[in-house]
Amino acid sequence: MNTLLELDDVHVRFRTHSPLNAILKGIDDPFVDAVNGVSLEIGEGETYGLVGESGSGKTTLARSIIGLVEPQRGSIRYDGTELVGMPTAEMQKFRGNVGAMFQDPVGSLSPRMTIRSLLAEPFKIHDLSQRNLGQEVNRLLEMVGLNRDFANRYPHQLSGGQARRVGVARALALDPKLVVADEPTAGLDVSVQGEILNLLGRLQQELGISILVITHNLNVVRHITDRMGIMYFGRVVEQGPTETMFHQPSHPYTLALLSANPEPDPDAEIDRLELQGEVPSLFNRPSGCEFHPRCPFADDRCQASFPDLTELSDAHSYRCHHPLHVT
Amino acid sequence: MSDTSVKAATTEMPGAWQSLWRSLKRVLREPLGALGLVLVVFVIVSAVGADLFAPFEPNKIDIRAKLQPPSAEHLLGTDQLGRDIFSRVLIGGQIALKVSLVSIGLALVIGLTLGLIAGFGPRWLDNALMLLFDSVRSFPTVMFALAVVTLFGPSLTTVMIVVVITQIPIYGRMVRSQTLALRDAEFILAERALGAGFFRIIGMHILPNVVGPLLILASMDIPFVITIEAGLSFLGMGVRPPTPSWGTILNDGYSYIYNTPWPVIAGGIPVILTTLGFTFLGESLRDVFDPRLRKEI
Repeated sequence: MNTLLELDDVHVRFRTHSPLNAILKGIDDPFVDAVNGVSLEIGEGETYGLVGESGSGKTTLARSIIGLVEPQRGSIRYDGTELVGMPTAEMQKFRGNVGAMFQDPVGSLSPRMTIRSLLAEPFKIHDLSQRNLGQEVNRLLEMVGLNRDFANRYPHQLSGGQARRVGVARALALDPKLVVADEPTAGLDVSVQGEILNLLGRLQQELGISILVITHNLNVVRHITDRMGIMYFGRVVEQGPTETMFHQPSHPYTLALLSANPEPDPDAEIDRLELQGEVPSLFNRPSGCEFHPRCPFADDRCQASFPDLTELSDAHSYRCHHPLHVT
Repeated sequence: MSDTSVKAATTEMPGAWQSLWRSLKRVLREPLGALGLVLVVFVIVSAVGADLFAPFEPNKIDIRAKLQPPSAEHLLGTDQLGRDIFSRVLIGGQIALKVSLVSIGLALVIGLTLGLIAGFGPRWLDNALMLLFDSVRSFPTVMFALAVVTLFGPSLTTVMIVVVITQIPIYGRMVRSQTLALRDAEFILAERALGAGFFRIIGMHILPNVVGPLLILASMDIPFVITIEAGLSFLGMGVRPPTPSWGTILNDGYSYIYNTPWPVIAGGIPVILTTLGFTFLGESLRDVFDPRLRKEI
């Protein structure tokens, strides 16, 4: 399988105080690290799931892949093209290559445009208006299973599921090889979530695209992804094939997430690991392994140093001093 | 949905004229919108064609016929110098429209631009512009007008300069707050992710969402500007006599209001009609520009 997207040691920091303010208030480091050295690869035609709590940096990472946030360090290579440090004008042209879906299905559609104009927009932006826009719009609507009459509606006249379909159509308008879907099922009820996931799965098979799914819904991840990564505090702490991760997690945090997911079978025996406390504040980064204040297995070593990457077979890797099930 | 849009469900994209025509039909479909449009057209036509319609020369003095009640000859009576009020109202409409449309248009465009800059630009620029707006707002209009008059002398242009400068902060603030709210909205991110450039985002996505409330504000400002013009003319800082304006007609009439109320009434009615017309039109335009406010499904 060829690698389509390759992230290497990506760092994204946000400024918290202006330079002047930082001096006045005596703050040495007026930044927070939202993404702290993430490396991952997505192959052609692969679905990768990125999972983590709120504030773990999933969305920031996704935005840096779409080019909305500029990483301070590291490299993002898409199909051989380096995105970090790309000039703005070039970046604007590049953006058609990666489709993006945002969290709020209705809120991510410009409220005063009809669905027709919204679907025609990608072509207009990238100067492809010599194509027959009417036909393109109909093709897109058909692709996501919406009736042609929807072209005349406005976003506020659509249900969440319908608006999400329009979002999918917009993301796929310019035949991208990669779609970044930030919480594709947020705000939808379960039956509609299923429809949208099936739609994504079908389109992926038909078009051969890769999908990066960002979610905190583990059922979604298990349903559609081939591989997954767990993010905690701006780092990917464990990644590997989805099934392996579900059956044999190595990182205590992965296990904690999995055991927090409700199990439909009441008689099923599961290893439970409950976490104490909250995600620590980004302004107050714990030393060593960021997970140690909440980790039941933490010891001095965890406080002192951040664990190196340990690679298991099958592209499964983790960062932990005390991995589970591994002796 | 209207008939046209159902038909358009087939393939072609609507052209600019087609959508303009559709907007016009939407305005006309609502009674208040239609009334507003009729009033505005009526006021504009009567002002533009004032020279044709006016039965008398507006400044012709006929002392023997002073303060006459409305009659077949003088439709709205005559003032204290025997001038035909109907003719003066028509010619005065020209000035009222010129002052209000030109100065509000200018204030709107400048305020819109500055508001967008403040909303989109860096924090320091935003702060600087807000400081400027607040200082202008905190200055009393009349004092400011006096200063401008000393500099440029009393004239219609002076009135317009005063109105433009005092109105810019109102529009600018409104646009800024709306822009700030929209700037980080998810649909703007989505457009950027598609590769939309800065100007496309401003023009296609921010502006249409900002312009609705602005239109309402502008239409309600028109009567306000007419009264400013009247007030400044009364203080001798605006239109010099004998040039007729609605403000001067009202002011002239005040002195005789107990015996002969028609000059005041005749000067007030056009102000009221213009106000209502522009307000109704502005409100229905807002509804047309914002699909969420349309009363159709």
